[in-house]
Amino acid sequence: MALSPVTPNNKALAWLEERLPILTVANSVMGPGTPTPRNLNYMWNFGSLAGIMLVLQIITGIVLAMHYTASTMFAFDSVERIMRDVNYGWLIRYMHANGASMFFIVVYTHIFRGLYFGSYKAPREVLWMLGVVIFLLMMATAFMGYVLPWGQMSFWGATVITNLFSAIPVVGESIVTLLWGGFSVDNPTLNRFFSLHYLLPFVIAGVVILHLWAKKISDSGNPLGIEVKSTADQIPFHPFYTVKDAFGLGVFLIFFAYFLFFAPNALGHPDNYIPADPLVTPASIVPEWYFLPFYAILRSITFDLGPIDAKLLGVIAMFASILVWFFLPWLDGSKVRSGNFRPMFKIFFTILVVDMFVLMYVGGISPDLVLVDLGPNTAAILEQIIKAAPEAVKASIDSGMDINQAARIAGVNDAELAKMLETYRSSIQAIHLGMLATAYYFAHFLIILPVLGRVEKTLPLPESIAAAVIKPKTMPAE
Amino acid sequence: MSTIEDTKNHEDDATRRDFLHIAATGMGAVGAAVAVWPFIDQMNPAADTLALASVEVDISAVEEGESILVKWRGKPVFIRHRTPTEIEEARLADDIGLPDVQFDEERVTAGKEQWLILVGVCTHLGCVPLGTKSGDDKGEFGGWFCPCHGSHYDTSGRIRKGPAPKNLSVPEYAFLSDTVLKIG
Amino acid sequence: MKLLKNIAVALCVTAGVASAASAAGAGKHPKQVEWKFQGIFGDFDYQSAQRGFQIYKEVCSACHGLKYFRFRNLDKLGYNEDQIKAIAAEYEVDGDIDDEGDQTIRKGLPQDAFPSPFRNDNAAASANGGAVPPDLSLMVKARHDGANYVYSLLTGYEDESDAPEGINVSAGKYYNPYFKGSVISMAPPLAEGIVEYAAGNPEANLDQMSKDVVNFLMYTAEPNLHDRHKLGVMVIIFLSVLTILLYFSMKKIWRPVKAGKNFYEDE
Repeated sequence: MALSPVTPNNKALAWLEERLPILTVANSVMGPGTPTPRNLNYMWNFGSLAGIMLVLQIITGIVLAMHYTASTMFAFDSVERIMRDVNYGWLIRYMHANGASMFFIVVYTHIFRGLYFGSYKAPREVLWMLGVVIFLLMMATAFMGYVLPWGQMSFWGATVITNLFSAIPVVGESIVTLLWGGFSVDNPTLNRFFSLHYLLPFVIAGVVILHLWAKKISDSGNPLGIEVKSTADQIPFHPFYTVKDAFGLGVFLIFFAYFLFFAPNALGHPDNYIPADPLVTPASIVPEWYFLPFYAILRSITFDLGPIDAKLLGVIAMFASILVWFFLPWLDGSKVRSGNFRPMFKIFFTILVVDMFVLMYVGGISPDLVLVDLGPNTAAILEQIIKAAPEAVKASIDSGMDINQAARIAGVNDAELAKMLETYRSSIQAIHLGMLATAYYFAHFLIILPVLGRVEKTLPLPESIAAAVIKPKTMPAE
Repeated sequence: MSTIEDTKNHEDDATRRDFLHIAATGMGAVGAAVAVWPFIDQMNPAADTLALASVEVDISAVEEGESILVKWRGKPVFIRHRTPTEIEEARLADDIGLPDVQFDEERVTAGKEQWLILVGVCTHLGCVPLGTKSGDDKGEFGGWFCPCHGSHYDTSGRIRKGPAPKNLSVPEYAFLSDTVLKIG
Repeated sequence: MKLLKNIAVALCVTAGVASAASAAGAGKHPKQVEWKFQGIFGDFDYQSAQRGFQIYKEVCSACHGLKYFRFRNLDKLGYNEDQIKAIAAEYEVDGDIDDEGDQTIRKGLPQDAFPSPFRNDNAAASANGGAVPPDLSLMVKARHDGANYVYSLLTGYEDESDAPEGINVSAGKYYNPYFKGSVISMAPPLAEGIVEYAAGNPEANLDQMSKDVVNFLMYTAEPNLHDRHKLGVMVIIFLSVLTILLYFSMKKIWRPVKAGKNFYEDE
């Protein structure tokens, strides 16, 4: 790793720099001394945005902790006090709550940028894997943070998610009791979640430093997916990307401000304004939107697989859906990084993005919600008719028979039949869509990417970044 | 590689660019500075705390010679209905060379001299002096006595003897009527 | 960019299917009312909220508490200090423990919350046939589409005989299709003539009263709405100007890059 040394003119600064080269490091990560590919597009803004969101969440979080009380007796009230009595408390709390959503929007964009442009490929495997670690830590942090206001969704979300661990054979129940510090989600649980919710962001910050370090080693990727060949391909990070990041930040903050000031509860669930009640479960328990795709995967597994029951399998699938990202550098065998030069990959990537939104949608609705009605379920109705038929004629009704005919034989009258036609219907339910989307999700990573790597005919890569992005100069006519 | 036109453009740019940079950077800096304010202001007393910043006390039941103690902003406040003798004693001591010179009339409301309102925190190290309850040791000067290090206060709440450097402080207060006192 | 467009098109199609499906599956949606507090420049309807407060005081407060709303919070609704003191004094709240160790009762002060009409949930349940009247401070935020929901609930009582088959309205319960499960324990709370508005106010009919209650409950649930919208407009204007400046600044700075300059060798 080549650092670009800084030698300040100011004597005191020079003295400090000699002993602790902060400016040199800053210069080498995002300063004028950081050569960066000249062709980064706006998708590359989201890394710095994520960093800014992390800092903002930490600052607002520390402030909220000054007023929050981690006790089942006072948590909800203390949040309401922040909203009503603390100076600018409403602003800071809405900033934190919506900030979490914004953070996830940014990070999802960052991840999918990586997926499209092949940012996980050599030599950036570790950079990518550290990113996945950050994402997992974010999920844990966000989950525990959502418990803190101690509303109905906090409580029941915590109950449902911690109960996932009970699927683990033998030790599952003990693990859940350990997580709870009791026999249900209660005061000890709330206290430890608060403690960990405060701690984890700093762990994230630590991993972010490693992430940046790995980025420094391997350099930024770029939309063309080809390595830097000469200085003609590069420009200094500062001022070019600092100003671009600043502009991107401005646009993003407008988006953020819209939610913050005009729809601060749009991304939350109204049930969380009802204080937690361990004796009343809400009509439907829905996690925050950013967990919905993974929640949908969890719920889509309704079948046993050998000795593994559906519950455990669902949990495994949910964790596997993120852990599979760790193996991405080896699953995707294509030599070409950027999706721009992979026509077939582009199609499957589009499907994957849509698939994620489908999963998000499915995760937010009841699994047995009917999406498409396919008409009466003949087999089930025949079964009912046979059940209703007198013993004597039972044998004369077979499963291939027309329903009306069968009804006549069995003596089922029109009204009864109409009711059966109404009750027993085939349909595509949310759960079916969820299964399909889950199947595609795993197929994308485990089958499609490896196969594409072998069979896809990629487009020719440009000679160099400079050659691709610099338009030939036309001499002005004298 | 550069042409004359290029150079000209470049010079034009320099000024416009400078202005743009200064405007953008300046505005960003101002925005950031303003955005800091909510994060500082949140540490100031919240609305529920401020709502308790003043208390109203009904003093109709306090007989002459009696005192009561009320809690105000987390601190004790002494309200004493002084007897004419006590007032006289306090006034006589006005110019005998007190450690912390202050006239009795400066410490009470004109026309309501019988009411003495004091923050009940000893100016030495913050103990609560005795002298409010009927059986308390009122000290050598008939006012209050701090048991921690032996400070004696007179019937105007002024320090007369002992380590305390200052008189007991008088909070901001007002008589809303003859019987209702608003402290703070 | 073409890729983004494709993704967007695919998403729109999915969203279309999804919304059609969910519309088919949900229950009775609340009636949609245009509220003054909606939108970027929305603000409370203070007159209406004051009338809503009157209804709360005279009707709702018999069963429903308002534990996060304090008498002093009435100030932004247009009541002055003396009025607030007078209103607070109409209520009795728990005072200090006296010298004998007994709970004292004192008159309400501006810093007190509206007292709950029942000592605790059990008392509330036993007085109301097993159903606990919920606290109303956050009601508008604690239900989906809360403002319209409360309005619809208040105006949505129907005769039991109109209840569809399968919904059994037992004795002491009422049919209200906007309530989850359609059977509600609360008797229709508002009816014409139940309160009398001061002169100069609109007629106290069911529709008007319901709207007034919602406007008041919006204020109790989200007292910062006024400040939030005002600050929000300023912040977005500020950010827009800053972002436009940054855009042009960026364009200027990037000019030599676009022109193909090599910053490491040219000069």
